[in-house]
Amino acid sequence: MADTLVRPTTGQGIMMVNKVDIKMYQSPEKSTWCPGCGDFGILAALKQALVGLGLAPHDALVVSGIGCGSKLPHYLRVNAFNSIHGRALAVATGIKLANHNLKVIAVTGDGDGYGIGGNHLIHTMRRNPDITHVVENNQVYGLTKGQYSPTSEHGYLSSTSPDGSIEVAVNPIALGMAMGASFIARGFSSDPKHLAQMIMLAVQHKGYSLVDVLQPCITYNHVNSNEWYKERVYKIDAENPDYDPTDRNAAWQKAQEWGTRIPMGVIYADPSRPTYEDQVPLLQRGSLLDLSERAMHSDYDYESLKAEYM
Amino acid sequence: MVQVNDINIKMGGEAGQGVESSGAGFVRALAKGGLYIYGLQDYQSRIRGGHNFYQIRASEHPISSFSSNLQMLMAFDNETISEHAHELVEGGAIIFDEGLKFNRADVDEGKVKMIPAPLKKIAKEVAGDDIMANTAALGVLAGITGYEIGFMEDVIRRNFKRKGEAIVNANLAVVQRGYAFGAENHAADYQWKLQPMPNPKQRMVLTAHQAFCMGAVAAGCRFNSAYPMTPGTTIIEWMTAHAGKYDILTKQTEDELSAILMAIGAAHAGVRALTNTSGGGFDLMTEALGLAGMTETPIVIVEAQRGGPSTGLPTKTEQPDLEPVIHAGHGEFPRLVMAPGNVLEAFHAGYRSFNLAEKYQMPCIVLTDMMLSTTQETIEPEDMDFSQVKVERGEFVSKEQLDAMTEEWTYLRHAVTPSGVSPRAVPGHPKAVYITTGDEHDERGYITEDPPTRVAQMDKRMRKMEGARQEIAKPTLHGPEDADLTLIGWGSTYGAMKMATDMLNAEGIKTNLFHYVDLWPFPAIETEALFAKAKHTIVIEQNFTGQLARLIRVETGCVPNGKILRYDGHPFSQEDVVAAVKKEVNING
Repeated sequence: MADTLVRPTTGQGIMMVNKVDIKMYQSPEKSTWCPGCGDFGILAALKQALVGLGLAPHDALVVSGIGCGSKLPHYLRVNAFNSIHGRALAVATGIKLANHNLKVIAVTGDGDGYGIGGNHLIHTMRRNPDITHVVENNQVYGLTKGQYSPTSEHGYLSSTSPDGSIEVAVNPIALGMAMGASFIARGFSSDPKHLAQMIMLAVQHKGYSLVDVLQPCITYNHVNSNEWYKERVYKIDAENPDYDPTDRNAAWQKAQEWGTRIPMGVIYADPSRPTYEDQVPLLQRGSLLDLSERAMHSDYDYESLKAEYM
Repeated sequence: MVQVNDINIKMGGEAGQGVESSGAGFVRALAKGGLYIYGLQDYQSRIRGGHNFYQIRASEHPISSFSSNLQMLMAFDNETISEHAHELVEGGAIIFDEGLKFNRADVDEGKVKMIPAPLKKIAKEVAGDDIMANTAALGVLAGITGYEIGFMEDVIRRNFKRKGEAIVNANLAVVQRGYAFGAENHAADYQWKLQPMPNPKQRMVLTAHQAFCMGAVAAGCRFNSAYPMTPGTTIIEWMTAHAGKYDILTKQTEDELSAILMAIGAAHAGVRALTNTSGGGFDLMTEALGLAGMTETPIVIVEAQRGGPSTGLPTKTEQPDLEPVIHAGHGEFPRLVMAPGNVLEAFHAGYRSFNLAEKYQMPCIVLTDMMLSTTQETIEPEDMDFSQVKVERGEFVSKEQLDAMTEEWTYLRHAVTPSGVSPRAVPGHPKAVYITTGDEHDERGYITEDPPTRVAQMDKRMRKMEGARQEIAKPTLHGPEDADLTLIGWGSTYGAMKMATDMLNAEGIKTNLFHYVDLWPFPAIETEALFAKAKHTIVIEQNFTGQLARLIRVETGCVPNGKILRYDGHPFSQEDVVAAVKKEVNING
């Protein structure tokens, strides 16, 4: 993948040529992540993907929640909104509806995205805005120091589940399919090249795209370690070259695979589903931002409103 | 003695019986005749059944309150009679279908005139269906009061136009039959009459929520996200109904958390964004309210109050959320709170809220309530002046300024400035790539826990309140300056308190009224000045604990002499205020 490429973008009706370089994404901030954290791989993959897509930092807007992984946009020079725990998708949807010219990417952890943000998750999936959702899934609450998360496996031992978690883990792939997510992929933080590819495909997909990223929490999750994942993950492309992610039945079966073998790649895709924005007639005439700026500077006929009440 | 154009009419029935459409139709007919109207609605939290009423006051003079004294009751069910017959004055009348069964003991027939009318019969004979019985009732009402039937016919033509000519003609025939029945049998001995004004001036009759939306949309609000909750829902319904004409995007969300966060997202992206809810939904929004404060994102939240706590009284009016909205959220952050008290104040709040929110980059909460959301008031069309609506967005770094900037220049989203306001930039420009966060952050928006930076950012955010304090609407004084009694109120009690003030003065009790619209930042200087002069102060509000009275005390040290508090779910009428004030003054000597 080339680090540098030249691509045309349209901005304010003027054709511009942006030279995108990975250095443009260099943040002045130093990360607070533990050395060896899976988040580093995810950050690297996201940068690669943005550069690979020819997006400049001002073309994208990254929204995150709260948690170790939600600090990610601080370590990436890009338009960003670091919101509150569980709510990234709602903020991201508001931004996307207001300015659909921005490539909106939500980055959350597993507790953030699948737990406290569960309601927003399922409704964003069925709503299908053109947003990419990268979930840093380490199967544990890291920033609060090691409690079980929605993706912790049944029996997982933690400070709040000393006898093992009683709940079964969320299956984000199956959940996404059930709720109408139009693109679902899985990657692994220790394979950033593959992950970057997944993120690129997700961003290119028109509609809500979920990239569930397996990552170790080297400090708190001593079950699902880097080695644990490495022994289990396999690339669907390599093992099943005929696999068709638009085949819903095949995808549903693939979604159930977990345990000894964990599939990575694009598991499900429905490119035929229109996005939310595409179904809002107003937005076919331009971004809401442009329309609203016009509203503030030109005259709509407000006087005629009075007649409704006379 | 015949009294012309001074009447209070109550129409009551079960949900689904057409009380609302009958009331709205009659209001329109009266307004077309140049009369001032005040229309009060009351309904229960159910789709069918229950007891609902629509109370219409009509006058040749401006009115801002309903009256407790009824001259006419139109009963579509027996509960209307048992609940409200006692509100009728001597000589008042009850119109009801001749087949309606009710308890005769509920009515003082020596005092009140009974008008059993063949409403269903007329409807059935003319249209073959008793569904038009309420059209017949409106005809009877117009016939008895002598109001010109042409105005009723115009309303019928307008309201039923969509349903086709046959329906229009059937309704016209029904209203005419009803009119004839009323005029021939009961007009002669009924003393309250209605007459169109000569060359009737056409005025607007609308609710505060409708007026708020008109102000907001004229100020460029183009995004409205909300989760349905009575009585806030009429905001997003209005915006949705006008979305096509004004290029508004409305979004019904999965919950109130999403509603406020989508508004925050849209506002961050540069669009004027609104969300609306009621108390319970606002509770869910409080965490994100702090996010808006911390990230300095300007949003407007309409919090339409209803009886609380918890689910409380879902369709009844109350003012229990003043202190909650001022203090909502953990931590300390700046915000604006305003509580318009009538239709015109709501119109002004529509654009003022966005201007103040954007100039000071903080959330603005507009408190309304059940009463304001449904009560119709008459305003002069020229008073709703769109030419005075100015869009003031505050400090922005323009695209041109950004274009001219050098590589070395770094845009600072949260720059520390003397006013506390940091110029905004709309995301999407290569020179204004920035992050913002609900964590404490430095001027660039990056997370920090550095104490001096924390203090500088906290100070700068809170400093914005000083600018806002200069710009808020000051409380208004109605009545003589040197009054013996000063009534103090906020929000929707304004209309009743204003008319009560006039009534007390007419009785020789020298009274004035101090009315707050903007409540946060609190207008402390004006309040202190009032208390320095006022002889006897009484705070009147619709909650249990006297929240404004306490706020005044906390913010100024001034202690009101008395409090009149109501929390039964019903609004004050002008007479309620007068009676309560008299009682309060007597008790306190």
